[in-house]
Amino acid sequence: MAPSKSDLPQGTLDLLILKIVALGPVHGYAIAQRLQQVSRDVVQAPQGSLYPALHRLENRGFLAADWKESETGREAKFYRLSRKGRAQLEKETASWQRLTEAVGLILELSEGGTK
Amino acid sequence: MNWWHRLWHRKQMDQQLDKELRFHLEQHAADLIARGHDPAEARRQARLAFGGPEQVREECRDARGTRWLEDLLQDFRYALRVLRQKPGFAMVALLTLALGVGATTLMFTVVNGVLLKPLPYPHPDRLVALREKTDKPTQFGNLWPFAYPNFLDSRSASHALDIAAWRYGGGTLSEPGEADYADAREISAGLFAVLGVAPVLGRAFLPEEDRPGAAPVAIISHGLWQRRFGGNQGAIGSRVVLDGKSYTVVGVMPPAFRLGDDDVDLFTLLGQDTQPLMQNREAHIGLRAWARLRPGATLEGARAELAVIGHQLAEQYPKSNAGRTFIAEPLRPEVGEARSTLWLLFGAVGLVLLIACVNVASLLLARAVSRDSELAMRVALGAGRSRLVRQCLTESAVLGLAGGGIGIAFAAAGLRPFVAFWPGSLPRAQEVQLDWHVLLFAIAVSLACGILFGLAPALRAPARELEQTLRAGVRTVAGGSRRLHSGFVAAEIALAVVLLVSAGMLGRTLLRLSSLDPGVNIQNVLIARMALSPGAFANPEKTRGAWQDVLENARRVPGVESIAMVDTVPMREGINELGYWNSPAMPPRNEMPLALATSVTPDYLKVMGIPLRLGRFFDDQDRMGNQPVVVIDEVLAQKAFGGEQAVGKQLWIPDMGPAPVEVVGVVGHVRHWGLANDDQAQVRAQFYYPFSQVPDSLLRRWSELMSIAVRTSSAPLNVVASLRRGVRGASNDQVLSEVRTMEQLAGGTLAQQRFLLLLFGIFAGLALLLACIGIYGVVAYLTSRRVPEFGVRLALGASAGEVMWLVLRQSLGMIFTGVVIGTLVALGAANLLERSVSGMQHNEAMTFAIMIVVLVGAALFASFLPARRASRIDPMSALRQE
Repeated sequence: MAPSKSDLPQGTLDLLILKIVALGPVHGYAIAQRLQQVSRDVVQAPQGSLYPALHRLENRGFLAADWKESETGREAKFYRLSRKGRAQLEKETASWQRLTEAVGLILELSEGGTK
Repeated sequence: MNWWHRLWHRKQMDQQLDKELRFHLEQHAADLIARGHDPAEARRQARLAFGGPEQVREECRDARGTRWLEDLLQDFRYALRVLRQKPGFAMVALLTLALGVGATTLMFTVVNGVLLKPLPYPHPDRLVALREKTDKPTQFGNLWPFAYPNFLDSRSASHALDIAAWRYGGGTLSEPGEADYADAREISAGLFAVLGVAPVLGRAFLPEEDRPGAAPVAIISHGLWQRRFGGNQGAIGSRVVLDGKSYTVVGVMPPAFRLGDDDVDLFTLLGQDTQPLMQNREAHIGLRAWARLRPGATLEGARAELAVIGHQLAEQYPKSNAGRTFIAEPLRPEVGEARSTLWLLFGAVGLVLLIACVNVASLLLARAVSRDSELAMRVALGAGRSRLVRQCLTESAVLGLAGGGIGIAFAAAGLRPFVAFWPGSLPRAQEVQLDWHVLLFAIAVSLACGILFGLAPALRAPARELEQTLRAGVRTVAGGSRRLHSGFVAAEIALAVVLLVSAGMLGRTLLRLSSLDPGVNIQNVLIARMALSPGAFANPEKTRGAWQDVLENARRVPGVESIAMVDTVPMREGINELGYWNSPAMPPRNEMPLALATSVTPDYLKVMGIPLRLGRFFDDQDRMGNQPVVVIDEVLAQKAFGGEQAVGKQLWIPDMGPAPVEVVGVVGHVRHWGLANDDQAQVRAQFYYPFSQVPDSLLRRWSELMSIAVRTSSAPLNVVASLRRGVRGASNDQVLSEVRTMEQLAGGTLAQQRFLLLLFGIFAGLALLLACIGIYGVVAYLTSRRVPEFGVRLALGASAGEVMWLVLRQSLGMIFTGVVIGTLVALGAANLLERSVSGMQHNEAMTFAIMIVVLVGAALFASFLPARRASRIDPMSALRQE
């Protein structure tokens, strides 16, 4: 059975982008590919919607960008994580973990209640 | 990258965005081709996976955060285009606004300079003015200038304040150059340090110079330095002679320095003044005490300290200081009557600005209604409502700012003429300048106006019933807009009523005041202060002789009919109030009634043309040694003796000695306080006493206060030059100062009323004109919208007169509402005027009626033109238009 496709929860796209960029300088297309691979096609959004998020993160100073030659020899815009972005990533990761733990706890609780 | 950078490089950023997105699409397609897809299919799939590129691009632009600015720029450009499209509309709107904003900015510049700006010394908020205060008020109030010994003691006792003092002076400066009057001040050595101002040349006074017996020194103004020393550095150390006393110049003050509001020529030291009164703790001889709070000290602390010092001095010197303490107030510029005049004018100008705004608002609204379909189209194409409101507001703000810009230019051009036009001289005139406060004010006002009159059109930006609007075309007038338009007209009428009624009241007041009898014949009378040669004060005989010479020499000047001496001149500043009683059983001094005392020579009555009612005036027999006599006016005769015969009665006037004086005559009342103020003045009773009976001990002081009054046979100003020459005396150093005609003095007492009337008249005229233009515009617009309706009415048999009545009835409704509201507001304004302008006529129904008739007439005329046009519509063509 094919996994069902769902929208990303609010704000998680930023977190995912930061996480991917943290691995090394990367251009938009590669981020889109990586997102798709990593999420095993569960997350399905038009690839274009990635770019407003990238630009927003750049404007807020979490990402920096340079034009460099890509692996295929063409000029592409490469994003990398700024110092401010790294701090943001850590903060968001921590809060994401707290959130999932809390949600997990609530889910277990309700299971116990029905037993 | 900051937002400015992002905005500036947005073209380049757009190109980079395109490049980035293109790379994505092409890379994706290349990958798919590499996996074996057909190239055309690969590109299709890449595009599918990407989503709408235009939408992505928009969202990326939004992400930059400069969107609002780009929109603003776009709206701005659009607004300019729209304005250029209708140059007629733009011209009318801009001119109206420029007039409103210009007049308001001009008035604000003056208000700011005269009333709002702090004193022109460093850290003016730390400066305070000190006064003595008594527990029990006398008829002169309970606040007093400092006695010199009290000033000295407070200065040495205070830790919170650096206290300095000054006092009015002035006299004949006879060296270097021609003898002439010089305005001087006696100051304490520390005054300039307290004010925070230092001489530009030389030095300030030293504390050790500020005592009797020290070498006489003076500091001169920059102006005097230029006039008398030609700006020569050698002035320091040279000699000036004031009233026969020689001083060494030690300093020159900076060019812009003013003490209070006065451009003083010369400063000498208080401590070198040898008058016995200076050392008298009971004498309050006009000493101003100014102080600066020391670092860390507060006004509250200083007040507490002064109270303690006052208490200590009261215990030490109970005779003079019991119940007396010292108070401190922040030092403020003295502007007198100008304050109320300025605020009144500022208020009036604000009303004109409001009318201008309403006018432009109704113009804009009319235009907005005809743009309904344009706006509906924009909504249909996806513009948000807030976006449309923003665009409307941008348009009106652009209009406001452009009008404001022209207005600022108007204000800048009109400022100097306005200040020069101020009656008398505007206090602190040198402070009146266009500065950034004013610019900020003008810009804020223009923007506020822009938003104010843009609001109505903006808020009716379409949101619903698009389809209807689009289909209806441009012919319908929504009920809402008609109501708004009527509201605008009513508001304009109301504002115009307020200004017209105010102007009318001022006009009636001025008319009444000008017709009052001043009590003297003001034609062909010249008044001037006169200073004797210092040599004349050697002994009393010499002084009296010198005055006799002055009178005789002046009488010989061609054009002089008669001449007299007088100390306090009617309608000029300066009075002498003395207590009197009609029996030896006198009440305590502070309960005694007061009268204005005037010292004169026998010809005074003839010079001034004051009517003699009973008895006689003075003659040469009334001298020292003979029975002291007075002549009283009708008011005093009534107050002191009721209906009884006053001549031959006696008056007890303690300040003139213990013995009673005899009343030898009764003369007519003179409006000493001016035409406007005399009726309400507290002290109106007057008496005259002969200068020749002033005791020797006071002769010198009195001589310093004397003026001469001359009746001339022709225009008084023509004899000034020869009179000056005629009285210069043997040593060529007797000078006249403050030369005025009686007509000027009398006119000066009505100057405020006259000036207010003129400006209110102009404003009211402007308001009337603007209101009429506004009414005409609105009625014409509303009528043009009803052409088809009128066509139907005419086709169905209505007469031309009926159609005209239909239009006029509509505007009558608006006018009526405006007049009712305006009358209510005008009642309040009338109240305000009565309180702030002296001699103001109580508001009369007549003034209201006349002004309202004028206004209604003008308004009806303005709506008559469109009404007549409506009645002449050809029904057939009107119907075909539909």
